[in-house]
Amino acid sequence: MSGLELRGLRKRFGPITVVDDVQLNVPHGSFVCLLGPSGCGKTTLLRMIAGLEDPSEGAIVLDGEDITAQPTHRRNFGMVFQSLALFPHLSVGQNITYPLRIRGAPRDEQRRRACELLKLVQLPGFEDRSIDQLSGGQRQRVAIARALALKPRLFLLDEPLSALDAKLREAMQLELRQLQQQLGITTIVVTHDQREAMTMADLVVVMGGGRIRQAAPPVEIYRRPADAFVADFIGSTNLLPLQADGRGGASAFGQPLHEIRVPAGSNGAVLSIRPEDVQLTAAHEGMLQGRVSFVRDLGATVETFVDVAGQRIVAVSTPRARTLLRPGDAVGVRLPAESCVVLPP
Amino acid sequence: MKREPPRRLADYGPIAFPALLLLVFFVVPFGTMIAVSFFRRQQGGFYTPDFVFANYERFLSAFFGHVLGLSLLLAVVVALCAVAMAFPFTYLLSRQSRRVQTGWLIALLSVLSLSEVIIGFAWSTLLSRTAGITQVLAALGLMAEPAALFPGYGAVLTGMVYQALPYAILVLYPALVRLDPTLLEAARTLGASPLRAFFDVIVPALRSAIVATLIMVFVFALGSYLLPQILGRPQHWTLSVLITDQAIYQSNMPFAAAMAVFLVLMSLALVGLTLLAGRRRGS
Repeated sequence: MSGLELRGLRKRFGPITVVDDVQLNVPHGSFVCLLGPSGCGKTTLLRMIAGLEDPSEGAIVLDGEDITAQPTHRRNFGMVFQSLALFPHLSVGQNITYPLRIRGAPRDEQRRRACELLKLVQLPGFEDRSIDQLSGGQRQRVAIARALALKPRLFLLDEPLSALDAKLREAMQLELRQLQQQLGITTIVVTHDQREAMTMADLVVVMGGGRIRQAAPPVEIYRRPADAFVADFIGSTNLLPLQADGRGGASAFGQPLHEIRVPAGSNGAVLSIRPEDVQLTAAHEGMLQGRVSFVRDLGATVETFVDVAGQRIVAVSTPRARTLLRPGDAVGVRLPAESCVVLPP
Repeated sequence: MKREPPRRLADYGPIAFPALLLLVFFVVPFGTMIAVSFFRRQQGGFYTPDFVFANYERFLSAFFGHVLGLSLLLAVVVALCAVAMAFPFTYLLSRQSRRVQTGWLIALLSVLSLSEVIIGFAWSTLLSRTAGITQVLAALGLMAEPAALFPGYGAVLTGMVYQALPYAILVLYPALVRLDPTLLEAARTLGASPLRAFFDVIVPALRSAIVATLIMVFVFALGSYLLPQILGRPQHWTLSVLITDQAIYQSNMPFAAAMAVFLVLMSLALVGLTLLAGRRRGS
């Protein structure tokens, strides 16, 4: 098949298993984000794909060819490092044409390609600048241009935008996505920022504890998380413990939830619902009864914290629907069935 | 902490003591030496104040020129050998675990605690015919028969490189530890073999540390006095040995002073040239 295929990849450092049995298919030309908290193995996985770490087990297959044992410098992958790793002793142009020089490309071809790439990353005419004359965002672009110089088979980025300020980061996310679509290059980005992943990716791979928890398009990850870890990591969510009655019905905090079904035979589950889907009603209406513990008015949105039998449920609404709730007020909570996801405990 | 440039004389107070020490123990003796180098020597005695160039003229003979050239060349070769050995070693060391690094650094520091005399005699034994490493090589069948490897130029070089190596490693170590390891990885993802990446990226990124180490070892080796006498023949003796000979055994202070001044000027010129070359390549 065309594209990248990871077969049962595992990496151990001494007694610790950092990446555990990773199976993944990355179709040709797609944009994949490896997303997870720090220490979840996402960077190690990327480094294995790049050939900078040897897998303890498993195989890496690219377009039907097993490249597990191929050394890094023969793989022809472009990689952008978190530190960017620009060569401080070379100019911008020399940095970008370094891979061409290694392959003995003629000088005028090097010059032409440098010019072309700098235009692509919107830094035309920067060839002769030195690296320490550049701003953070400009360095970012040079690192991207250098990684793309050889028309790589795979474009790998390790937390590429983490050093930039929030505004620039958002702009670069869009730019990176557009660049990827323009070149049609298979791209894998490591990030811990779920907004970044949602913005750029065709396929989000959520990792936790060295394993893939869920690999799906961004909206599906958000709407249909596979487990409580994913639901909690992607955006914010309310996780409520459910008691099953054994016949498919469920209750929470001793109050029955008529519209929620759990798989028959399970004796417990977790219900995930996004704060923007929680509806607050007058007391004694809705499914659950609680008391307002805190109200955070952020201008654009209002977050209401409701205490239900010791558990906090957060509801987010827009000011238009603002009801004048104060801490201490009794409220009812409605959980629309179509917005609820029942997850294994 | 805010740092302001000193304005009044009193602001210079803190550096008065070190400055005084430097003046009394370095500037004054060095000035005296320069003055003495122009004095007239009293045959069979001391010297009288004068202003003559006879000492410098005598130095410009073929013999002393040869010794000066030999001393400079020896120091340059020692510096190059020490850095050529220390750099890859330190690079590999900096990639090891903390524990391994500490072990090696302690071993290196303990080498520094050896006196030059002990190093000299240890190497003269190791390189001798009767008790040296050639005995081992002969016993292993790698050599036909044991041979004496000292005294000779190679022996002098070996001893001096051995002595300079720990200094070179300790100067290079901080720079190599601070080096971003992703530079090498980036070069490899761009298609450079590990060896090529080392020479294309690591060596240029540490150029100033390498130049600093070369200069330090060069200056260090230039003053070498004992090892050439222990491990070399008289034709391998450096200018430092001749200066001592003139000053102490021949009682010719003005000539010794002239040679010392000349040695200082030559080494300053070489260091300056190295720095200039380094800067030109850098810009």
